Amino acid sequence: MTTNIEHTRLTHLQRLEAESIHIMREAVAESERPVMLYSIGKDSTVMLHLARKAFHPAPLPFPLLRIDTTWERMAEEIGFEFITYVNPECVEKGINPFDHGSSLHTDMWKTEGLKQALDHYRFDLAFGGARRDEEKSRAKERVFSLRSAQHQWDPKQQRPELWRIYNGRKGPGESVRVFPLSNWTELDVWQYIWLENIEIVPLYFAAPRPVVEREGNLIMVEDDRMRLLPGETPETRSVRFRTLGCYPLTGAIESTADNLTAIIREMLLTTSSERQGRMIDHDQDGSMEKKKQEGYF
Amino acid sequence: MAHSSELIAKDIDEYLHQHQHKSLLRFIACGSVDDGKSTLIGRLLYESQLVFDDHLAALEADSKRVGTQGGDLDFALLLDGLTAEREQGITIDVAYRFFSTERRKFIVADTPGHEQYTRNMVTGASTADLAVILVDARKGLLTQTRRHSYLVSLIGVHRIVLAVNKMDLMGYDRDVFDAIEAEYREFAARLGLTDITCIPMSALRGDNITEPSPNTPWYTGPTFMEHIETVELEDLAHTRPMRLPVQWVNRPDLDFRGFAGTVVSGTLRAGQRVRILPSGTESTVARIVTFDGDLEEAIAHQAVTVTLADEVDVSRGDVICEAREPAGVADQFEAHVVWMHEQEMLPGRPYLLKTGTRTVGATFSAPKYRVNVNTLEHQAAPTLGLNEIGVCNVALDRAVPFDPYTENRDTGGFIVIDRMTNNTVAAGLLHFALRRAENIHWHAVDVTKESRAQLNGHGPAMVWFTGLSGSGKSTIANLLEKRLHALGVRTYLLDGDNVRHGLNRDLGFTDADRVENIRRVAEVGRLMVDAGLVVLASFISPFAAERRMAREMLEPGEFCEVFVDAPLQVAEQRDPKGLYAKARRGELPNFTGIDSPYEAPESPEVHVNTAEQDPGQAVDLVLNHLRAAGVLPA
Repeated sequence: MTTNIEHTRLTHLQRLEAESIHIMREAVAESERPVMLYSIGKDSTVMLHLARKAFHPAPLPFPLLRIDTTWERMAEEIGFEFITYVNPECVEKGINPFDHGSSLHTDMWKTEGLKQALDHYRFDLAFGGARRDEEKSRAKERVFSLRSAQHQWDPKQQRPELWRIYNGRKGPGESVRVFPLSNWTELDVWQYIWLENIEIVPLYFAAPRPVVEREGNLIMVEDDRMRLLPGETPETRSVRFRTLGCYPLTGAIESTADNLTAIIREMLLTTSSERQGRMIDHDQDGSMEKKKQEGYF
Repeated sequence: MAHSSELIAKDIDEYLHQHQHKSLLRFIACGSVDDGKSTLIGRLLYESQLVFDDHLAALEADSKRVGTQGGDLDFALLLDGLTAEREQGITIDVAYRFFSTERRKFIVADTPGHEQYTRNMVTGASTADLAVILVDARKGLLTQTRRHSYLVSLIGVHRIVLAVNKMDLMGYDRDVFDAIEAEYREFAARLGLTDITCIPMSALRGDNITEPSPNTPWYTGPTFMEHIETVELEDLAHTRPMRLPVQWVNRPDLDFRGFAGTVVSGTLRAGQRVRILPSGTESTVARIVTFDGDLEEAIAHQAVTVTLADEVDVSRGDVICEAREPAGVADQFEAHVVWMHEQEMLPGRPYLLKTGTRTVGATFSAPKYRVNVNTLEHQAAPTLGLNEIGVCNVALDRAVPFDPYTENRDTGGFIVIDRMTNNTVAAGLLHFALRRAENIHWHAVDVTKESRAQLNGHGPAMVWFTGLSGSGKSTIANLLEKRLHALGVRTYLLDGDNVRHGLNRDLGFTDADRVENIRRVAEVGRLMVDAGLVVLASFISPFAAERRMAREMLEPGEFCEVFVDAPLQVAEQRDPKGLYAKARRGELPNFTGIDSPYEAPESPEVHVNTAEQDPGQAVDLVLNHLRAAGVLPA
């Protein structure tokens, strides 16, 4: 980010950047075995960029962890200590979103997979890229979110957070999820990517891709695991993804935005929210809150 | 209003350049659902085009189903988050909302207004630059208006917007507005609040929110949005002396040693003379390192890494200060304390206190007074419960760097952490250091604990028996003392009977008194250990925190916790003093095991099960431990 301080005051992005760095340093200083949850999404990418700033010139003092649902195409080697975890039960039982529904799929691969990975490596703190503006129930999430030994989130046990003092202490078996991007909005993230020239994965850019339309969502047909329903034929359309968090549960949108500023323009002029394409949010009323209590990020 | 669609469509690069220079304003919105707070915030989101079509569709459906606006859009429904809250129709926690305009990004701390949510209001105010206080024009100033104003002024938010809402229901009557404004200004002046902007509005109808309302031609001030977009952000942090609490020592290799932290006030400059507190060492800033290259200077709120010209010892929790205007250093303070947990404050109990990036042990005195947040009266109080605010003395186990809170939020604010649960149980604001502690110096002595031990032929120790009434503590302690005495060991037995009749006869059996009882016993025991004795302490001591306090007063190896474990039914059956029977009849309130909890030790040095082991076997276990620990000769 630009290092000249104009008008002796920081811009909103400089303030957000500094706050995120402060949060990450507190978290690392108050934990034994931190880890950063890393997906291929833009929020993860920005979080990783901020982490490099926070600990420069030292290397990252924690590994990155990716919970593999075997669906995302992983970013190529990026030069950090990288752990990939796959829930073996899901592989064995062949859990997939089309036979088992989006709810069970996410629960088994992501929620269970994450819990198993944290237990397996005995991580006591995990950074996540969630933002408060994403969904109504997240507006009250703390920056440091305490989880029980069973990884449960108890809304009544969350600690008040004042000033920039964070309480990272925890009992045996408990862990903390830390959200350095809590106060960023979707626009802030995109603007920062533009300002800092951060590379993001191609799925965000429009390209001709094979899709089918299902329950109002455009679902990409990537390989033969995606079984077609009677009457469905994939057609090639120019589409892109606004969010990748739960791919393939995320619907694509029709778009011709094939570069960064075009994406931002499209985002600013759009009239539907970022999470609209996520099937899990629509599963049931209050579903995100329920997922959080069970240990979903 | 919010985002100029034309520019976005035409020249997105120009738009992004413009928006790069936006400033940030954080404000707190105080008021209850009845005042239209949620409606106001919901409308701000709506007006800044942050309500998307899918949200709007959901809002329309919800407005019809559970709305309170007779089928009109109920903006309040955009906000409520958790299922439990929606069901109860209230908000119970601080929510953070975001919107932005051409000039600024806003972060709103949305806090419920009820008295029992003082905790949330203080939390939301702690990061706010400005407070919006809502008043229902029909009702005028209420008790809660005064409470909100007091709380934000306490936390140091001095810029107020008084939003006089629901003017539509009062016929947009200027006299109504003028009367409320005059009364508020008079009240606020008494709190020291002078930077006040009063705006007549209707959040529901949109009057004076983003556009000047034709219904209030007599009002010539700014609209709500215009005001928060343009209000001067004079940030006190920039004018205070430089402080940088060190978060993390960055040492990737032997050639680089940097101190990472956020400049919380003032300006940090390369070449600046700095003093490191609490040590008091001075040095000079060599470099201000960032990922994007070295800086010549860094201002308040910037996160940087500093290297110093000299090899000085700096660690996490230290504060790097402007050398000519350093922070103070002290271990005893007077402070405002806001209690935030259901479990009330226990004066004398050891807690943890975190200020800046430093965590230390702390105990609180009984409050000097409690503040009634509605009347601002000072009231006598033995302790502080949830959502209560008082002034207490705080004693720390180590000296810390500090500034008075009114001068620096970051070096004057603190949180209090329970040592057992790790919950954040309170927040506090430091006023000033107490000078008392500095005048009491330990007198250095020539005859030491070691020389006494040599004379005695054994080391000192404190054997601490804990367990339910009737578990067998006294029986075992008595037998142990006889055995030790026969071995030529100098002993003394402290138990409830010999301290409660004298030293502690002013104490009862409330949680607070139990804590103080154990604190005094532990202090007396410590002196006796220093005198070279093997002290046997036999107390129910139901709370782990106080047992830990006793342990931490002594040197490693001197404390021996003996858990005298008997199931409640067994202890109750024995009932040597008839106390359980009384307690069951309700004649003895706060009786441990009946209506007061017992926290069993997790890892005692000796664990005796008196349902299975006889007192002789128990004594053998303790003696074995004392031999192994080197207290007694092997």
